[in-house]
Amino acid sequence: MTVFIFRRLLTLVATLAGASVIIFLVLDALPGNAAEMLMGADSSPEAIRAMTVKLGLDQPLVVRYLHWIGGLLVGDMGNSYSYGTPVSELITERLALTIPLAIMAMLLTVVLALAAGVYTAANHNRIGDVGVMAVTQFGIAIPSFWFAIVLILLFSVKLQWLAAGGFAGWGEGIVAGVRSLLLPTISLAVVQAAILARVTRSAVLEVLREDFVRTARAKGLSRRQVLWRHVLRNAMIPVMTVMGLQFANLLAGTIVVENVFYLPGLGRLIFQSISNRDLIVVRNCVMLLATMVVIVNFVVDVLYAAIDPRIKATEL
Amino acid sequence: MSGFEPVIAAQSNNLPPGGAASSPPRQSSKGFWQRAVRHRSFMAGGVLTLLVISAALLSMAWTPWPAYEIDIAQKLHPPSASHWLGTDMLGRDIVSLLLVGARSSIAVGIIAVGIGISFGVSFGLVAAACRGWAEEVIMRLGDFTFAFPALLSAIMLTAVAGPGMATSITAIGIFQIPIFMRITRGSANAIWAREFVLAARASGKGKFRITIEHVLPNILSILIVQATIQFALAILAEAALSYLGLGTQPPQPSWGRMLNDAQSLLFQAPSLAVYPGLAIATAVLGLNLLGDGLRDLFDPRLSRER
Repeated sequence: MTVFIFRRLLTLVATLAGASVIIFLVLDALPGNAAEMLMGADSSPEAIRAMTVKLGLDQPLVVRYLHWIGGLLVGDMGNSYSYGTPVSELITERLALTIPLAIMAMLLTVVLALAAGVYTAANHNRIGDVGVMAVTQFGIAIPSFWFAIVLILLFSVKLQWLAAGGFAGWGEGIVAGVRSLLLPTISLAVVQAAILARVTRSAVLEVLREDFVRTARAKGLSRRQVLWRHVLRNAMIPVMTVMGLQFANLLAGTIVVENVFYLPGLGRLIFQSISNRDLIVVRNCVMLLATMVVIVNFVVDVLYAAIDPRIKATEL
Repeated sequence: MSGFEPVIAAQSNNLPPGGAASSPPRQSSKGFWQRAVRHRSFMAGGVLTLLVISAALLSMAWTPWPAYEIDIAQKLHPPSASHWLGTDMLGRDIVSLLLVGARSSIAVGIIAVGIGISFGVSFGLVAAACRGWAEEVIMRLGDFTFAFPALLSAIMLTAVAGPGMATSITAIGIFQIPIFMRITRGSANAIWAREFVLAARASGKGKFRITIEHVLPNILSILIVQATIQFALAILAEAALSYLGLGTQPPQPSWGRMLNDAQSLLFQAPSLAVYPGLAIATAVLGLNLLGDGLRDLFDPRLSRER
């Protein structure tokens, strides 16, 4: 197990290094002169020159890359061009919204998907199964930001139960905070749950056909007992792969949904930074999101091995 | 979220690696079509997809009103005999905008999936043919790309290149590459392990010829199914990017952009936020159903319990 985790850890570090190089090359090497963009096209060459030196853009590429990575390792992401404050402060502030949102959405996704997936598999080819599967087919097809708009139409415009956007802030108490994240959570989760429910259903159906399920039934366990004790655990492998991928989707999805609901989260920060041409914020936010995606996939791989001991034997 | 990430792809990636590329069904085309017309999701998907394609084609020849014509006096009209779904805040006809919007979605889908297929399939075939370090390098590069959901790479590209249709197409296309790469390598490896490839090698054919003559034709059906699903994801991604203002730029109509415009008018004209979403859902649903149907039809053994 240790060797397995160590190998995976090496891959993780390599992937992160590769991702950081890509981010750096795309955002720092291509755009020409960030100082000029920042100062405006009509500013004097001397001012641009001074800004270039101030930002360290006169240094060679490799030095700038190492400087960035060195800073990251000690938690220093540099200062935002437009806000003037440390990027790490900006990001921490915004994560207080994005992380709870992503976690709430993931929890709701998993609950909805497992319930629907197990229900449909247990009622294979009956009316409930067909109905739920038809609903998921629609769930996969609708864009979450449109679903978000429809939710706003329904709950804010028509029924006037919830605000159409904005964030109350955690200072107002947990309830107020959760309340303003309710619609964003639902709009993120329902679409993802539709996908995960389909995966769960086929995974459970596949396991239900296995010989050991028949054995378990033969030794007198009820259908329900077999389902919970034997089938679910074995069906979790494909379900978890997709869950890992979905967490990445959710993180990216928050960028869109935060913009629908005007939530001051990481996604909106990235978006504002693009309009401000604040490349240093964009670079660090993208790196952060990519890191989260890679780490989640690492955790999924390790959990695999914990669930199914055969996996580490076969070497991934 | 706009489910434009590899999740749906992952569903098909879950196919048992060996079984995924089992022997190609070489039925006569007559048999294929006979089964096709009886296949419910294939027919439903086909009809919806044709609907969207014909909307796009129709918009090139005819729209009820000129889609670019701004007429403030006619703004926010409710549906009427002359404007079937009403007008937007600039007085443009909604039906005409929807028709032209179909064109943007399909164009982005075709080009982005084209990029994904041409690079992804080539790399995947090379990886399967060469194995060893070449395979390792190609697949690790694919891993890097997987760290960036389409939206993230689009954001990076926009930050440096500015928003626009070309940027969003490139971003979505790049994201498709590793997906096609993985599925190609997986199924090509299975073909390379089969006896008829061994026979071809014994008869003196080189790796390149075997790839073109034996491997590619045998994984074609898997690739077509995947392309259909990726097309749907590309449409979703384009809609999200245009909604954020990173994709198709005005005045070029696009469904995502229409939703962005509609959101500021939710209280005055709620129905404006409904039609473009329905259009996106129709296109994506159609392609997904078509993909499911094709999977069943190409190889019944491939189809999972559904």
